[in-house]
Amino acid sequence: MTGTQQVFAIAAAVVTLMVIMELVRRRRLREEYSWLWILTTLAMLLLASWYGLIEWLSRLIGAVTPTTTLFLFALMFLLMLNVHFSTVISRLTQQVRRLTQELAIREAERQGEGVERPRPEDPGRPAPR
Amino acid sequence: MLSELQALDPSAAAARETPVASARRRLLVVMPAYNEERRVRQVVERVRGAVPVDVLVVDDGSADATAAEARLGGARVAVHPVNLGYGSALQTGYRYALRHGYDAVLQMDADGQHDPASIPALVAGLDHADVVVGSRFLSGESYRPPLARRVGMWVFGTLARLVAGIRITDPTSGFQAISRSALTFYAHERYPPDYPDADVLAMVARSGLRLTEVPVRMLASPDGKSMHGGVLKPMYYVFRMTLALLLVPLRKETI
Repeated sequence: MTGTQQVFAIAAAVVTLMVIMELVRRRRLREEYSWLWILTTLAMLLLASWYGLIEWLSRLIGAVTPTTTLFLFALMFLLMLNVHFSTVISRLTQQVRRLTQELAIREAERQGEGVERPRPEDPGRPAPR
Repeated sequence: MLSELQALDPSAAAARETPVASARRRLLVVMPAYNEERRVRQVVERVRGAVPVDVLVVDDGSADATAAEARLGGARVAVHPVNLGYGSALQTGYRYALRHGYDAVLQMDADGQHDPASIPALVAGLDHADVVVGSRFLSGESYRPPLARRVGMWVFGTLARLVAGIRITDPTSGFQAISRSALTFYAHERYPPDYPDADVLAMVARSGLRLTEVPVRMLASPDGKSMHGGVLKPMYYVFRMTLALLLVPLRKETI
């Protein structure tokens, strides 16, 4: 890995880390979803700055150049992030289902009490999929 | 506990003479509906004309007047503000039934393909089972699905037999009667949001709930639309069913 490559890799990792931290600080990214991102950038930083580690890893996995190792690990972390998001989405889907059902049940109960909910034309109603 | 519930509820006592109530159960008919404004009212009226029961129509985020039409037919209506899927709509009905102390649910589709005359037979099946599936193939009528569908039914039927030891001729049937303990089992995350199928029945069997099938009459769906139409949908269906059935023995379900 040339010096330029190393400097660029470190810079990219630092910038990413700063962006993540800023998003968390402004509460645009919740702490509970930021940890995997922070882990990813820290791992990239470590691999980019500690040349001995990346050489050792490259030998371990049989990579020809250290850059390959860096890309491979970055890719693996991104993959993990995506799987993590899929589980988050699954949980959100479950919660939306539960909420929607609860709302529907409450409305049906109100109908039973003889309280008709006014149902005007609702422009805010989302179009069905 | 069953008799206690009935003692508390005058409507169940009043309905005791009817064929359905002779099974000594307080029954809720659950009818998921999605954009069925043209038929749902008539279907609800026919059910209420055939059997004196409470009908809950679950409007799964329809864009049309399904909910209003169902109310005109005399049903109670639970409206999903967004479209969640057929399975989720059914589950809303199960949860409603559990919360309001019903002893059993009879589920049927809102498009009129399920004949209300078959309701007593389904409910009677609850005497010796927790889930009673109405099968159009047991009734000796000459319904013959397209080849691709027959192949799929055979493959998944065999798979369900292997993983759960069940023999169900019509696993996709939406015409079913469900006991209170099965309702509890269904009111859980395990219940699929889209189309409950042989995988759900396999889960039911493995959890120790009793499963049976009775012949029912089904009419052709008036506009012949299928829930599994298109090109990608059947492919996804095959994938999902295979995965769900293979996972059945790997999951530990408790009631």
